[in-house]
Amino acid sequence: MAYVAIRGGEEAIAGSARIMDALRTMGAGDPIELDQIERQMPLLHTKVMSEGGLYHPRLAALALKQSLGDSLEAAFFLRAYRSTKPRLGETAPHDTRGMRVTRRVSAAFKDIPGGQMLGATPDYLHRLFRFELMDEGAETFDEITRDWFGNRPEGTRPTTFPKVLDTLRDEGLLPPLAEDDTPPFDITRTPLIFPVPRSAQLATMARGETGGLLALAYSNMRGYGDVHPTVGELRVGYLPVTVPHPVTGKPVEIGEVQVTECEIVAMFEKTDEGAPVFTLGYGACFGHNEVKAIAMAVLDRAISVAAQNGRINNPSEDPEFVLLHVDGIESMGFCTHYKMPHYVTFQADMDRLRAARGKAEEPSHVSN
Amino acid sequence: MFPTDTMAQGHEGAEYGFAFLDEDAKRELRRSIFKAVCIPGHQVPYASREMPIARGFGTGGMQVTLALLGPRDCVKVIDQGADDSVNAANIRAFFSLTCPGVSGTTLTEAASVIQTRHRIPELPLRNDQILVFQVPYPDPLVLVEPNAATRRRMHGRADYARLWVKLYEDMVAFDEITISHRYPTRINGHYIIDPSPIPRYDVPKLHQADCLYLFGAGREKRIYAVPPHTDAIPITFADVPFTVEEFIDRKTGKRHCCRRCGATDSFLDEFPDEDGNRVFQCSDAAYCDSRLMQQEAAE
Repeated sequence: MAYVAIRGGEEAIAGSARIMDALRTMGAGDPIELDQIERQMPLLHTKVMSEGGLYHPRLAALALKQSLGDSLEAAFFLRAYRSTKPRLGETAPHDTRGMRVTRRVSAAFKDIPGGQMLGATPDYLHRLFRFELMDEGAETFDEITRDWFGNRPEGTRPTTFPKVLDTLRDEGLLPPLAEDDTPPFDITRTPLIFPVPRSAQLATMARGETGGLLALAYSNMRGYGDVHPTVGELRVGYLPVTVPHPVTGKPVEIGEVQVTECEIVAMFEKTDEGAPVFTLGYGACFGHNEVKAIAMAVLDRAISVAAQNGRINNPSEDPEFVLLHVDGIESMGFCTHYKMPHYVTFQADMDRLRAARGKAEEPSHVSN
Repeated sequence: MFPTDTMAQGHEGAEYGFAFLDEDAKRELRRSIFKAVCIPGHQVPYASREMPIARGFGTGGMQVTLALLGPRDCVKVIDQGADDSVNAANIRAFFSLTCPGVSGTTLTEAASVIQTRHRIPELPLRNDQILVFQVPYPDPLVLVEPNAATRRRMHGRADYARLWVKLYEDMVAFDEITISHRYPTRINGHYIIDPSPIPRYDVPKLHQADCLYLFGAGREKRIYAVPPHTDAIPITFADVPFTVEEFIDRKTGKRHCCRRCGATDSFLDEFPDEDGNRVFQCSDAAYCDSRLMQQEAAE
């Protein structure tokens, strides 16, 4: 075949795939094991499940391995895998009071029923390198875990806790929770046609990309908005999942998922009934990802405030602006697509530019 | 509820069903396609599943194609008019991996379904052929209105005044309508569509065609259609006729021709050759190849 611009796409793709695989395997060392990814990088690993919208620890680890550690790509693997599976059923609403809590803090109250429980967090660690970790043997690993488990007190403490906000609710400072039996909006089966209900808003953000949610929430925190949140409660733990039994219809526990949940309290507003009350923002996602849960709660509040006031003053308050731009799989994909050939459209652009320039050069043309 | 680990094992493609998507997803797609055909030019929302290629690479077109394909189909995939550009090759490889029995072709006349990005083939399509477009922006009103809810209302009322104003402003500023591709086109006298980033050259092919045109936007989750024998009129003013790319050599006043096959009736890619000269070549690779073959046979 004669010379043609960019041809032989198939060979080029095959070659590129081989280089990617070589990049993954070359150099010293053993192949990374899926368990190692899951155990030693749990925050990255659960972030991928959260943004991928599929709680499948084993496949999430494989996704990270196959994507060379790119969290957006890894989440994308899980999303694509979802498309091959039918939706078999729906769970009933789950009460996070039943969560087996591993960490729980409130910024609103010094002491909370059940107590604050710092749990695992890097918040108060100095980000100073521990250079000894550069050469950490398997024995050190064992020693650390043995030390931790050996010194742990017997399970005398409760593992489930009441909600901090219940106390505010009891006092009437928060409006009572209305029972709502509306089936939730399923963003995986229905496209977002605005306006959308709050359940669509929460579901979209629950699998949103952490960085995207953070950037928009941060704009609100900095002054392009006025949520001024207080973290009423942030909890991390394992939530037992029940599904209706396929025959009896009775709820059956099928396992548990790790969840981060954040409830923020925002400034009060007037109600129709008279006395002003605090307002609430809610964030929750798979895995241990506190930044995402807090950002989500702030955005939930920001959007709801604007909806109540009937006026959008900032980007973070606009449901379309927020919900259509926080999905990592979609934004990453569209950003990447600009690398594809655009010969035809660019050709058409040149045609228009030349035509317009031609007109501009004509002496009869009156320029404005 | 959750896939078991054994399902996740095995090599690529082995545990995926025909045409990748689960059957419920295909059913939803087909219903949306029917609706789109029944209301020409109307953007039908659909759930839009994630494909294993990225958003922006043709996931909408792929879903439409996957919902259409059956084992007796013959599929062709083009990007910028060419069958072997990387993205087309990649999508075709995906179809052959996930749709056993479906045959592939590069011949426009042999395909029952053609998936395309940015072009309509030069060869007129028949009434037993479907052209599936990959669509980045399904809504032409996005040029003038960012809010989706407002745009939906405007479409319902056929309120396109602001698009006309945009065209008018172009005339005032440049004495030319500067829209080079994605040219707003009115379908069946009501809805205006974004015909996907095809050049102006291809827009007239939408009008009263024999084939069915389907448009799939994956990221934006919309499907729309231009059915056969339907009016498709690019919007313009009575005294400003719609024009297409003419490829006229300004020095000679003659039309450039394809340097491979000599065609003077095709959309041309323009690029610099090794010596820095501007050269032109058919963008539709199959059209160019078939002309070359005919010429060789005639010799």
